[in-house]
Amino acid sequence: MKMISSLFIPILVLVVIIYGAYKKVNVYDSFVSGAKEGLPMVSSMFFSLLAMIFGVNIFLKSGVIDYFFDFLKPILVFINIPLEVLPIAIMRPLSGSFGLALLNDMYKVYGPDSFISVLASVIQGSSDTTLYVITLYFGTVGIKKIKYALWAGLLTDLFMVIIALILVPLFF
Amino acid sequence: MINKLWIGLIVVGSLCLILTGKADLLNTQILSSGKATLELVMQIFPLISLWLGIMNIAKESGLLDKVSKLIYPLLHKIFPEIPKGHESLGYISSNIIANMFGLGNAATPFGLKAMKSLQSLNKNKEEASRSMITFLIINTCGLCIIPTTIISLRILYDSKDPSFIVIPCVIISFISLVFGLIIDRLWSRRHYK
Repeated sequence: MKMISSLFIPILVLVVIIYGAYKKVNVYDSFVSGAKEGLPMVSSMFFSLLAMIFGVNIFLKSGVIDYFFDFLKPILVFINIPLEVLPIAIMRPLSGSFGLALLNDMYKVYGPDSFISVLASVIQGSSDTTLYVITLYFGTVGIKKIKYALWAGLLTDLFMVIIALILVPLFF
Repeated sequence: MINKLWIGLIVVGSLCLILTGKADLLNTQILSSGKATLELVMQIFPLISLWLGIMNIAKESGLLDKVSKLIYPLLHKIFPEIPKGHESLGYISSNIIANMFGLGNAATPFGLKAMKSLQSLNKNKEEASRSMITFLIINTCGLCIIPTTIISLRILYDSKDPSFIVIPCVIISFISLVFGLIIDRLWSRRHYK
């Protein structure tokens, strides 16, 4: 698996360049003019990302999440859900690096092969940072009305966590 | 929607910090967000340019068209509004393939290109089109066969089987993708007639 992943980029680049040369495209000029689009793209994403990182950071540091956990605890204990994975499950749509930091802590405490760690890894790995994806993609092309995109994304994330809670125990 | 969410995040977060006497922390957070964003953008800027360059070669040589024609029958079912041979199909498939291999850095510029060309088909430039939302749902599901960062973290902590999580990840993200596409289809019926 890792082999495929590490060979994928070199082979892709090579195929594209050789095919371009075979079709008599000036690959160098083509690369440069394509790469030039990077700057306007990055400058149009910067401001929407700034806004979102600003909001998310204040929220993350505020500790509101901890109060929320305390509130949810009795319910989760009642339906037998491991409490340790809750922070990762809730933070996943908001911040990717936050989830990774939490995962790092869990590996340290429980070991990477424990049930809790595997469950958390699967939750982290089976989804993407919904809020970041929405901000980045819609912000860059200038979409203001996102309609039901956020709700559909978050609902899918919730569904993913439920499926993970049901399926991951079957692998042990 | 994003507007309300943003107000909520900031007002709730700030009030909570002020009421618990952590106004100092709030100050540093407010001032450090700019730096954090710039660092993030600086990290992805060179990679985005690099992949856009490679992508442009694939586009000008006609390779992208070939890929999009190959994958069209499948994508047409998911994106019924995109006309055959439209360039967005090539970008969408490149984005999905890069995501599957865990190449988040390459997936992002392909995805942005896809969004831009979907915007060219969009009638109302300020409103997300149905295809855009579908494409977004596919990306939020993180359809990833090789979660590279998690696997390397597992190796770092001496896991007995670092790639153990691959199979459950693939199964679970695939199921949630199917679920996401179904909700998207149902929801879009109410919004776009």
